[in-house]
Amino acid sequence: MATHLILQKIFKTGIVSEAAPKADLSLRTREQESHTQNQLHAEILKVFGQAVSIRCVDAGSCNGCELEIHALGGPHYNIEGLGVKFAASPRHADILLVTGPVSRNLEIALKRTYDAIPEPKWVVAMGDCAGGCGMAGGLFGENYASCGKISNVIPVDVEVPGCPPTPTALLAGILAAVSGGR
Amino acid sequence: MEKRSEAEFRGTAKRLGDVELTLTPQGHEAIWRFALDADRLPSFAQGIQDEGGQLLALWGSDDRHLNRGFAVHVAFLSSVGLIWTTSALAPDAPVYPDLAHVFPQADRMQRATFDLLGIKAEGALDTRKWLRHSAWNEDEFPLRKDFSPRPSPLAVDAYPFIRVEGDGVHEIAVGPIHAGTIEPGHFRFSVIGDRILKLEQRLGYTHQGVEKRFEGLDLATGAKLSGRVSGDSHTAFTWAYCMAVEQATHGRVPERALWLRALFLEIERVANHLGDLGYLGNDAALSFGFMQFWRLRETWLRQSASLFGHRYLFDRIVPGGVACDLNESGQVELIASADRLEIEVCELKAIYDEHAGLQDRFAHTGVVKPAMAARLGLTGLAGRASAQAWDIRAQFPQAPYDQLDVNMATARKGDVLARVEVRFAEVHESLRLIREIVKRLPSGAIHTPLEAVHGVCEGLGWVAGWRGEVLVAVRIGAEGKLDRVHPHDPSWQNWPLLEVGTLGNIVPDFPLINKSFNLSYSGQDL
Repeated sequence: MATHLILQKIFKTGIVSEAAPKADLSLRTREQESHTQNQLHAEILKVFGQAVSIRCVDAGSCNGCELEIHALGGPHYNIEGLGVKFAASPRHADILLVTGPVSRNLEIALKRTYDAIPEPKWVVAMGDCAGGCGMAGGLFGENYASCGKISNVIPVDVEVPGCPPTPTALLAGILAAVSGGR
Repeated sequence: MEKRSEAEFRGTAKRLGDVELTLTPQGHEAIWRFALDADRLPSFAQGIQDEGGQLLALWGSDDRHLNRGFAVHVAFLSSVGLIWTTSALAPDAPVYPDLAHVFPQADRMQRATFDLLGIKAEGALDTRKWLRHSAWNEDEFPLRKDFSPRPSPLAVDAYPFIRVEGDGVHEIAVGPIHAGTIEPGHFRFSVIGDRILKLEQRLGYTHQGVEKRFEGLDLATGAKLSGRVSGDSHTAFTWAYCMAVEQATHGRVPERALWLRALFLEIERVANHLGDLGYLGNDAALSFGFMQFWRLRETWLRQSASLFGHRYLFDRIVPGGVACDLNESGQVELIASADRLEIEVCELKAIYDEHAGLQDRFAHTGVVKPAMAARLGLTGLAGRASAQAWDIRAQFPQAPYDQLDVNMATARKGDVLARVEVRFAEVHESLRLIREIVKRLPSGAIHTPLEAVHGVCEGLGWVAGWRGEVLVAVRIGAEGKLDRVHPHDPSWQNWPLLEVGTLGNIVPDFPLINKSFNLSYSGQDL
C-alpha cells in the first residue's frame, strides 16, 4: 500500500520549489576572452541557455560545503528545472565545482580532473577555504599537506565565499560562471 | 570538580591486566587519566577487553620541548568511563608494543601515528603507510616540533594493496574522486562476477595537516578549526574541543550554555539523520524519499539560520560557553517545529516500512554481526545497530544529559535496515530531548571568559556526536597557545567495518551500504 501513501504525501506536500536567484556577476574572478570571442560557443550557449553539467571535486574540504551541494539537489531549489545537473564524469561536464583547500594528496587528481573536462570550461571555487577569502579563508593555511586555495592549483572563474555558502549563494555563483559573454 | 576516592566511585578498585587503577577524575565525571609504562600497555588493553571495553583512540605527541621524549596516548572505553593512558617513550627510539593484536581498530591509528610522528608500534603486522601518500618524505614526520620538510616528488602514491588472486577474480578500482558528490577516497574491490570478495580502502586524500595547523593557534581560533575537522559533526567537535580546553584551564561553563550546547548537538543529529534517511531511500531508487526528507531537512536548517544565525550552527560553541542565546519566541517556535517534524517523520516511516522494494534492498544487506562488531570495535550509530549498546549520553552522561534520561536506540541485525531503524529511533529521541531541553532551559549567562593560563596544561573532551563518540585531546603551552591537539572521529574505528560489511554483497549494493554507515573522510584524514 506504499503507493497510496506516497501519492497522498506528494499531494499534501505540494510544490515547494522557489524562484532561482540571479547570477551574481560580482563573484567572477576572471573572464575567459578566448571563449567569448568564439562564435560557435556563443551560438551553443544561445541554443542551450544555461543547461550545464557540473562535476564536483572535494579537494580537501571539511565536508561542510558538500552538505550544501547536496541541499541544492533538494526540492526547494529545483536545479534540474534550471538546466543544471551533476555529471558523474568530467568528460561530460562544463563546470568544475571545487571545495576545500587543495590537499597535496589530492593535487594530482584535481589537475587530472580539470584536464579531462573539454573546453569550454569554467571552475567555481566554493567556500572560504577554496577561495582563500572570508572568515575561514586562512583557517587551514598552506603547509606541508595543503596547497591552500584552488587558484593556487588550477585557474578559477568564480569564487563563492561562505562557510559554507548557502545553496542560494552557490547557485548564484554557478549561474555567474555560465552567463559570461552573453 | 573534587577528587573522588576509590570507595566513592564504584568499579575503580578493580585490576585491569597487571595494573592497579589509581584514577584521577578529569573534570568530566567519567574521564580518568594516568601514566602507564609502555611495556604494560598490551596487558592493560587485554584487561580492558576482558571486561568488555574497547579502544577508542590512539595518538602520539612530541614532548621533547618539555624536556621529555615522545608519548603515546590511548583512550579506552571501560565500565568506569573513558580511561586515558599516557606512556612516555624514549626521545631517540620511540617505540611501544603493538595493540592491534588486542584491539584491531588500533591498526590504522598506529600507522598514522608513525606517519606523523615516527613513533613505532613494535610487533605490528601491518606497517604500511596510512596518512602519508607522497606529499612528504618517508623519513620526515610532520608533527615533530623540528619538522622542516624537504621538497617531495609528489609522484603517485604507490600503495601496496593486498591482491586477491584466483580464477575469475578481477579488481574494480574506484576513486579517489567518486562519481557522486562525496569526499575523496579510494576503494579497491576484488570481485567474482558481481560478488565482492574483498574491499580494501585507501584513505588520506583530504589530509590537510589539521593537527599541525593547531600548533600555535589561540584558543578561540582553535575552536573554529576543530569544528572543521568534519563539518557534518561541527557541534560535536567544537563541544569536545571546548570541553578539553575548559578542563585544562579549570574553566567553568554557565549551566545555560551547557544546555544550549546539548540543544545544538541534538539539532545536528536530527539534521544528519534526516539527510541520511533521504539518501538511503534514494540509493534504493526511491527518489521520493530523498525529496521528502531533504525538504524536511531544509526547513530544519533554515530554522537554525533564523534562530541561531547559521544553518549548521557553525561557531556557535566557543570556549567558556556559547555565542548565541535562544529567546522565548524562539523556544515556542522550536517546540512547534519539532512537533511538526515528528508527525512528518512518522508518515514517512510508514511509507518506508510499507515499501516492499525498499525493504528488500535494506534487509540482509551489508551485515555486520554483533560478534564481529564487538571484535573490531564498531562504535556509535552503526555499533548500536549491531548490538554494541554504548551511548555515552545514556551511560556516562555529562550535564545536561545527566538530567535527561536518554533512551538508547539499538538493533541486533547489523544490516542496512538496522542502521535505518536506529536512525529513525534517534530522530524521535532527539526531538524529545530538544523539547525537553527547551522547556527546562535554565536562566543565566551563556558565557564565562576563561582565565589566563599559567603553565602547560592538558584536557580531553568526549561527546556523543551523531556518528559516534568524538574525542578531542588538547595541550595548551605555557604561553597560552595550543601546543598539541588531537581530534578523533569515530570513522577511524568504523571504516574497517565497512570493508567487512560489504563482503559477499554485490557491487551495486555498495553505495547503499556505504551510505548506511555514512563515514567521514576528512574526520579520519585530518
